Amino acid sequence: MTRAQEFVRSNVRNPNAITYFLLAISALFFPAVVQFATGGSGDYLVGLAADGGVYMLMAIGLNVVVGFAGLLDLGYAAFFAIGSYTYALVASNHLGVTPIGHSLHVPFWLALFIGMFVAAGAGALLGAPTLRLRGDYLAIVTLGFGEIVPRVFRNGGVWTGGVPGISALDVPKLPGWFVGPWVGLDFGWVPDFRFTSANLTAYYVLMVVLITFVVILVNNLHGSRLGRAWMAVREDETAAAASGVNTVTIKLLAFSIGAATSGFAGAFYGAKLSYVSGENFGFIVSVTVLAMVVLGGMGNIPGAMLGAIVLYFILFWLLPNAPQQIEGLASSLGLGWLNQSTPDGWPGIAEVVSRSKYVIFGLILVGIMLLRPQGLLPSQIRKQELKHGEHEAIAAPRQLQA
Amino acid sequence: MATMVQRLRASVITTPTGSLINMVGIAVVVVAVVAAAQRIHQQGATYFFQTMGFGLAEGAIFALVALGYTMVYGIIELINFAHGDVFTLGAFFSLALMPTLGLTEGKISGAALILPLLGLFIVTMLFCALVNVVIERVAYRPLRRAPRLAPLITAIGMSALLEGVMNVWRGPFNLHYPDFLPEYQIPLGGDVTISAKAVTVIVVAVVLMVALTLFVNRSKLGKAMRATAQDRDAAQLMGIDINRTISATFFIGAALAGAGGIIYGLYYNSVQAFDGFQYGLYAFTAAVFGGIGNIPGAALGGMLIGIIFAISDGYFSVAWTQVLIFAILIFVLVFRPTGLLGMRVPEK
Repeated sequence: MTRAQEFVRSNVRNPNAITYFLLAISALFFPAVVQFATGGSGDYLVGLAADGGVYMLMAIGLNVVVGFAGLLDLGYAAFFAIGSYTYALVASNHLGVTPIGHSLHVPFWLALFIGMFVAAGAGALLGAPTLRLRGDYLAIVTLGFGEIVPRVFRNGGVWTGGVPGISALDVPKLPGWFVGPWVGLDFGWVPDFRFTSANLTAYYVLMVVLITFVVILVNNLHGSRLGRAWMAVREDETAAAASGVNTVTIKLLAFSIGAATSGFAGAFYGAKLSYVSGENFGFIVSVTVLAMVVLGGMGNIPGAMLGAIVLYFILFWLLPNAPQQIEGLASSLGLGWLNQSTPDGWPGIAEVVSRSKYVIFGLILVGIMLLRPQGLLPSQIRKQELKHGEHEAIAAPRQLQA
Repeated sequence: MATMVQRLRASVITTPTGSLINMVGIAVVVVAVVAAAQRIHQQGATYFFQTMGFGLAEGAIFALVALGYTMVYGIIELINFAHGDVFTLGAFFSLALMPTLGLTEGKISGAALILPLLGLFIVTMLFCALVNVVIERVAYRPLRRAPRLAPLITAIGMSALLEGVMNVWRGPFNLHYPDFLPEYQIPLGGDVTISAKAVTVIVVAVVLMVALTLFVNRSKLGKAMRATAQDRDAAQLMGIDINRTISATFFIGAALAGAGGIIYGLYYNSVQAFDGFQYGLYAFTAAVFGGIGNIPGAALGGMLIGIIFAISDGYFSVAWTQVLIFAILIFVLVFRPTGLLGMRVPEK
């Protein structure tokens, strides 16, 4: 038996391996399929997928905090904001108009990591005094932090651009890039390439590379000594401490690594949008990412990725398109009167559908926790736990031990 | 009252002053108080009393909402994130109920208001209470033996669900809430006045809080609640129906929140589907500030947060008030997780 055969055979019943494989395949072929299906005008959709990648990165990061270490972080968007604003400050003309009077134009590839380290530092600063608190207090502290950070950016006056935020951020640059019919050009190679909204496929490719990088990193962490320590802390903090795990350091590392991923995603987000504003980092972002992780399966990286894809698809593709579809459906069923708004408060069915975003969040969070707390794609370890100690697992999904 | 003062004194005395970080904390508080005192002194008494009127009225509403957080936390150690939205639901429901009770702005005033308003309070409080009991039954009870994270996530989910339902129902707009409260200013001597609106709000809130305190301290069910909060298993062994007691706690907490919702509407004359999230967080801050799990603590914390809110709005910057409140939340949790009146709670 060759090694390849052996590999296939040993992984054929492993849902994670299958999911990684399917994710990789669909990531590779997604742009081509979209372009083919839309007749070459699908660059917008590919760009939307790149934005979805931002959420996927955050879901992978939050999965480290919530899934691996069992710490509920409700202010995750704060680190996203910090990453974005850091990028905005070091890679635009903005520092020139602040009292510093000298603008920095750090290249994207470096600024990405600056955003990441600043966010990780903020995570460590917040975590150091608060991680010794009990789980639900930590949730509240992070929630408060998540409310403070966007407001500080909004109130920051000249330093953060105030309410309008900072615009005209630098875009990533590369010595060369390939172009093709997907941007209306012949196949070829352009030197001195600048990432712009005219070629969103380039952002997509960059996003796929970044996600691959982060997944490999986080996956290795999960399998390392640190990953086992996270699991130990999650399952039973006292027992972990008694076994010689330095629980505070371990939790701090989980918190900072989660924050770093979020900051990383934030820097990319700032660069792609070329604009940051305090309005984009509210509690809704934190809840969205949390719902993604819970939906996909806490503690499982491909689970979090799958959850991100499913929820992003629902929220940013299905929901914006559903109102029209529903109106069409209602008309064709002879229920056209549902489409009109009435004076007694019925706003028309399209409006009802587009308002129902929060209902979807609520149903996902409550439904998953009650019916399938392990998520769509549970982690293998948890599955084995279920096999070995069924009576115990039914009473308490141990995966979630806070 | 005496025990409250005692505990407050004890809490101030027992705050450790040794470490550097605590010294920094105390210094920050002192600087803030001095800065506030200086500005208050500059602006004169009239403005100060006006500000305090706002602060106390707002604080009274915070306190009503905070009581629900603190009661639920005291009994099952859960932050009921949906509580703030039950509060907004009270405002929304009462708004929809008003025409039925003949409460139309401009058509009814004076003493004729009292009976319909009383009816409005009772029906809304019952409605909110039932909603909260259902939430507990559906989303929290099945997870009572599950790890801590699970009910917290369903609580967030329930909060989103309620906001979503209200958003679908009335849209994300600021809705006008009828203005039935007296508008005149009550003179307090000199040119110092306090608005009758604020006084009404404070009186209603205080009556409700006194009723709650009497209920918890005197009634049998109140005793059962205190016992369950102290030790659930032991209470069960003494023949207390735990599920019924927990349901009752959710019922009472939500009734107060519903009343708070009406008062909020009557005081600000505007409600919005997502108000409850922010407001719930302020109220939760108040509960933590006063000492979570402690009923007089929630009332005290609510009033203090209301006053801090008004002083920050009135003398400093409105834009930074929310930052200040959340900073207080983090500050209290880090330096004094038991709050002003709370006792040391062992980790269960």
